[in-house]
Amino acid sequence: MKIRLENVVKTFETFRAVRDVSLTIESGELVALLGPSGSGKTTILRMVAGLEYADGGHIYFGDQDATDIPVRDRGVGFVFQHYALFPHMTVAENIAFGMKVSKVKREKAAIDARVVELLRLVRLEGLGDRFPAQISGGQRQRVALARALSVDPKVLLLDEPFGALDANVRHDLRRWLREIHRELGITTIFVTHDQEEALDLADRVVILKDGHIIQQGTAEEVCRNPQSAFVMKFLGDANVLAAEVRDGKAYASGAAIDVSGMADGKAELYARPADLDWSAQGPGIPASITRVLDRPDGRRVLATTETGDQLEFDVEPERAVKAGEGGFVTLRRAKVFALG
Amino acid sequence: MGVTRTGRKPPRVGDQPLFRRMLIGIVLVIVALLIVAPLVVIGVEAFSKGWAVYRDTIIHPDTLHAIGLTVFAAIVAVPVNTAFGIAAAWSITKFDFWGRRFLLVVIEIPFSVSPIVAGVAYLFVYGLQGVFGPTLDEYGVKILFAIPGIILASMFVTAPFVARELIPLMQAQGRDLEEAATSLGASGWRTFFSVTLPNIKWALLYGVVLCNARVMGEFGAVSVVSGNIRGQTNTLPLHIELLYHDYQAAGAFAAASILALIAVFTIIAKVALERQGAGRVRRPALVANPAEKTQ
Repeated sequence: MKIRLENVVKTFETFRAVRDVSLTIESGELVALLGPSGSGKTTILRMVAGLEYADGGHIYFGDQDATDIPVRDRGVGFVFQHYALFPHMTVAENIAFGMKVSKVKREKAAIDARVVELLRLVRLEGLGDRFPAQISGGQRQRVALARALSVDPKVLLLDEPFGALDANVRHDLRRWLREIHRELGITTIFVTHDQEEALDLADRVVILKDGHIIQQGTAEEVCRNPQSAFVMKFLGDANVLAAEVRDGKAYASGAAIDVSGMADGKAELYARPADLDWSAQGPGIPASITRVLDRPDGRRVLATTETGDQLEFDVEPERAVKAGEGGFVTLRRAKVFALG
Repeated sequence: MGVTRTGRKPPRVGDQPLFRRMLIGIVLVIVALLIVAPLVVIGVEAFSKGWAVYRDTIIHPDTLHAIGLTVFAAIVAVPVNTAFGIAAAWSITKFDFWGRRFLLVVIEIPFSVSPIVAGVAYLFVYGLQGVFGPTLDEYGVKILFAIPGIILASMFVTAPFVARELIPLMQAQGRDLEEAATSLGASGWRTFFSVTLPNIKWALLYGVVLCNARVMGEFGAVSVVSGNIRGQTNTLPLHIELLYHDYQAAGAFAAASILALIAVFTIIAKVALERQGAGRVRRPALVANPAEKTQ
């Protein structure tokens, strides 16, 4: 089902959570709403679900205006961050609940068969008799997903689905959700504040800030072409250097980057740690190493330039570097954003 | 070396043996004097004139009527206050509305105000010199010095019990479960009976038990509004007082023993319910593991 938001607005008392958001989600698409807390992402999701009503604007499910359809009749599957499993029901009863209360009457045998099918889909065969308190967090989240899918929703909505799980489980579930999505082809929107999760999982990432959409696109588009300093910073670690744009070139700490077409004036230069190279001899920005952080996939070096800027970059695991050493940093690529 | 010393605990403040024994001793003496002794006296005095007097007091029409009236008051007041308590807890925890916090405070007023104040207030509202009194009298509706007054006064005093048990629990549970049920297509009633009620049932029962005990034992507010008419508007606690003032000590104690018995059953029910996780005990099964909630 194609979902379309048109100039949607939501205000909580005095806090404007969502300001004039328009967004189209194609049928079968997997979209991530990504943003820091307070950016309005969860509110948008809850408005699509009908758990909140929009103060202004319209939400369309296909061609139907769903803005004022209550959640009960909207036909969405919602997965809550903290699972919201019914603690007094077994896993199977949780999954069957939606089918039992549905206006569409189903035979008991049909419900049981569907529960077994869903348990298999979420790979929890044999756990139907357990209570939510007796299974792990990752399993609970899978039960929550099975329960949401049980009512054949038009759209699947997930609110920080992996937020309460530890890193390893999160990684597995992410891949698994992608598989389920491919298998079912259901239009899916999920909310996250974890940029890695959004980039790994979604067909399209919608980045929000202060209730606005500030950029959207595939993971490749937003990563390669961030259109603002906020997106650049939010998507990952970035070094920031004060820069000056003159005649199509940006100058920062003695380095020059080609920025043809940009107006002259003060700017900021952003570079990913992987975009910096370190060498003992010049040319480059002179700097001295203050700390070396060892990580499984390489060595992260923290350095200070002569002008006092802090830089972070990565070197190969074999590279011998230590605090106190001096050297030169060269920029392989960088983004420059005008200030103000 | 190699000696395992079990049962040793690091010293804490006030852990010296002398202090510990003194403190426990003082507490035991106070409990014996203030709580146990009077209850024992009830039992002993009730049978001081023998089983026959005890039985005669209990089966005396006035006593039976008082018991009946007390039970009747409970039958009306407890369900009404239960419904009110659920409604109040539901509104306060599931909805946002103006004056929510204020309502939370107001519900607790009957706990802090002396019951006799409530009784006197009812006199001023429904009495002949009161606000509604003359109008009600015109239509022949009798509230004060009649059963409706007794029930109203009992309800005032016990209004907070159920709500107070439910509010903290329902606050801890949040709205997720109801939202999940509704998103799955459940109606409001269905959500309440299938999802909300099963998760609050022990706390609800706990509140009902306490509420019932208080309705049956209420004296102050009821004594002001009932008029103490023997065989008509006399509840069991009022009847005990009457018997006592008539110098029928054994009778008073016999009647009191019934209330004491109710209290014993209440406590048993309360302990049993607390085992089920009601009352102030945390419910790990109902609230998702807090360690997982904080990421």
